[in-house]
Amino acid sequence: MSKYIVTQEVADCIGCRACEVHCKDKNNSGPGAFYCRMIEVVSEQSSPPAIDYVYLSCFHCEKAWCVDACPTGAMERRDQDGIVFVVDSACVGCKACITACPWSVPQWNPNTGKVGKCDLCMDRIDAGLEPACVSKCTTGCLQFSTPAEASEARRQAFAEQLLQNRR
Amino acid sequence: MKETKYSICGMCAVRCPVTVEVQDGKPVWIEGNSHDGGMGRSLCAKGGAAFSQRTDKQRPLGPLLRRGKRGEGQWREASWEEAYDYIAGKLQAIMAEHGARAIMLSDRGGPFADLRQAFVKALGSPNYINHDCTCGRNVHHASKSVYGLGRKDFAYDYENSRHIVLFGRNITESLKVKEVKSFLKAIKKGARVTYIDPRASITAGKASRYWQIKPGTDYALLLGIAHYLVNNNLYDQDFVGRYVNGMPEFKTFLEPYTLEWAEGETGIAAREIQAFCHELNEDRPRVIIHPGWMLARYRDSFHASRMIHILNALMGSIEHPGGLFYPKGPKDAGKKGLKSLSALVPNVEEERADGCGSRYPHFDKGAGMLQTAYEAIDSGVPYPIKAYFVHRHNPFIALPDTDEQRRIFDKLELIVAVDVNYSETAWFADVILPENTFLERDDILRTEKGLKPGFGRRQQCVPPANNTRPGWKIYVELAHRLGKGEYFPFSSIEEIWQYQLQDTGFSPADFDAKGFVKLSDKALWHDRDQLKFGTESGRIEIVNQKWAAMGVASLPPYVAPEQPPEGSFRLLFGRNGYQAHGQHQNNPILCELLDTNRLWINTAAAGKLGIKDGDPVEVANGDTRGIIRARVTDLIHPQAVFMLHGFGTDVPAKKRAFGKGLADQVFMKGKLKEWDHAGGGLNLAETFVTVTPAQAGGEQS
Repeated sequence: MSKYIVTQEVADCIGCRACEVHCKDKNNSGPGAFYCRMIEVVSEQSSPPAIDYVYLSCFHCEKAWCVDACPTGAMERRDQDGIVFVVDSACVGCKACITACPWSVPQWNPNTGKVGKCDLCMDRIDAGLEPACVSKCTTGCLQFSTPAEASEARRQAFAEQLLQNRR
Repeated sequence: MKETKYSICGMCAVRCPVTVEVQDGKPVWIEGNSHDGGMGRSLCAKGGAAFSQRTDKQRPLGPLLRRGKRGEGQWREASWEEAYDYIAGKLQAIMAEHGARAIMLSDRGGPFADLRQAFVKALGSPNYINHDCTCGRNVHHASKSVYGLGRKDFAYDYENSRHIVLFGRNITESLKVKEVKSFLKAIKKGARVTYIDPRASITAGKASRYWQIKPGTDYALLLGIAHYLVNNNLYDQDFVGRYVNGMPEFKTFLEPYTLEWAEGETGIAAREIQAFCHELNEDRPRVIIHPGWMLARYRDSFHASRMIHILNALMGSIEHPGGLFYPKGPKDAGKKGLKSLSALVPNVEEERADGCGSRYPHFDKGAGMLQTAYEAIDSGVPYPIKAYFVHRHNPFIALPDTDEQRRIFDKLELIVAVDVNYSETAWFADVILPENTFLERDDILRTEKGLKPGFGRRQQCVPPANNTRPGWKIYVELAHRLGKGEYFPFSSIEEIWQYQLQDTGFSPADFDAKGFVKLSDKALWHDRDQLKFGTESGRIEIVNQKWAAMGVASLPPYVAPEQPPEGSFRLLFGRNGYQAHGQHQNNPILCELLDTNRLWINTAAAGKLGIKDGDPVEVANGDTRGIIRARVTDLIHPQAVFMLHGFGTDVPAKKRAFGKGLADQVFMKGKLKEWDHAGGGLNLAETFVTVTPAQAGGEQS
């Protein structure tokens, strides 16, 4: 796990897929390649129906399968913050990382014949900004923080809800 | 060099404020304009695809003149001068033979329409028309008939609402960024949401209550609600006593419409409607019953919307936080407004070809009505229309029955399309004048009404990548070419801005810092004891004489909708949050999100026909048929099928989208003639189609 985390408030997500587009526009990931994805999960039987969207991107694993599987060293993990990213010039397009990743997160770019993946827009992070998907989320349902901050925020929200229900 | 520019998005008709970062003349970043607190940095998927629209080459990149037959797609590139000469020559011949009134222009309305209205007027024609017959006309006229105020004379304070009631208003997908953020805040603060729609959109998933109503019975449900509220005194009697006319007639009229009756018509249990009514009474006046945005749907949509307007009055939610409010303009802030460009041009006294204000005295002249203008093109009555400017408007897919529209359009002597994309209508034109993408163009300034009124500016952020021009320039140049330059004494957008701002005390440079200027620091609310309405009585009118004079009863008895015959379904359509109005299906990024549509069909209904999820099915109405895959789901009423709008384009130049999926409007045979004579909207949800299992690989015919 990198020192960062992207969390999602599912209740505020409207499945508008702006995150996917902002990512593609920023990262030029190539046709059919989505570094982040909104996955639709529907339960028709409940009333009102549950129509939810779950944000899935790269988890930036502490011990990343993709890094271990890469034969050329193109898949790297940044020392300073643990972001897992592809060194474009070293990628030979073998797709070993896609196979190795339990969630098949690395994406194939048919235009370049190389793999690309979420690097949390590390150029933006280095400039003190947030990843494109989070910055421009239509409803603000995505948050960029650290695991400790995310946990704190979630606990705070839960505590407030708990007392509101009790009043 | 890096610059920050503030502008207004143009990817859809919502026109959100945006920030664009430009590096050495290239656009490098776009986000919501966070100087606008309600917007923040948020930007929807369509706005996020703006740069890819600019670099997309599957668009008209220079002026085009038709070579072959109309619609054949044989084009010849021309210079702007040649295209203007061609148009001017044709127009002069048409004006000599039929007069200037033979010219019409349609667009999608909005805050920049003043210049195009001035253009039509300057030529001497009364025939400026916007797209609203397929959008909010019914809502607008319903609002006029109850409040004497138009659709846009009310806005909604979602964030502070306790109960938001949506009759098919799909807030999460027919998406306005600021609106949806405010809506979600309300939910977070505990507001109830009741969503009523034969199809469960994503908005249904956000609701606290979802009613899968029988299609076409909204008016019945509203009558049942009104009956229960009135009979049990569950309404704001002070507000009603002070402002509302016609309560005794209303009470008598509502007598037969009990909750049990409503249950029989709509399929919604009486006890649920009852619970809902009591909630409304608890939550009022912080209640919003949304009167509809696009409501060109059923033959009684005007009356359904009218009843919603009346219910809002019963809730006393007018000009109240958490309810409906009057969007305030410059005058309300004690300031002068933008000067109108149309005001520079003498009025045209001629009767409108579409009959608004004459044959249809209850309909606004401002927006006109396209379907009756088509009658003039077709029949020459009241007079012939021979030239048609279509400005970033796409009637071929917005209005029903594209084949019939082609037949009518072929009677025109000149069709000029001004567009950023190859719309289906532009493909049939004689001339395409390509407009700059919004990133590449300035526009006239706009007024931004709201609790804190202001003015906003779309400005050019980057140079045009192709041989395209901004709309304002196209019309000013054409006017000069046609000898009407005196009405457009401007040689730059800067001069237009200065003219517009002349009385306001602002200069164009004042927009540099934020993209807009505000006329008030604090939210402006009217005194609720002194509310004014635009009706003849000055009060809210449950019974309206103007409509009555046109033979439109204010309180017509309920007539149940036609039932689809066995094996047939009512065809419904809608959109998702990332592709609207058929404008985005060919965008290089947005096409990847969804490249075809599916037919939503109810699980039980599909079972009877032997259709399984993902199966190809044939959709047909008469000779019009096409194949599409089924989405078998309980999220749609058994009487209806649904498809996303804007698919199935027949324009081969749009290679990513060409021939993919089905277009709904082609199945709406004969529906140009079926529209709501009370409200002016087309009946776009009154078509039945058959659905049968099909073989994979079939093509639309």
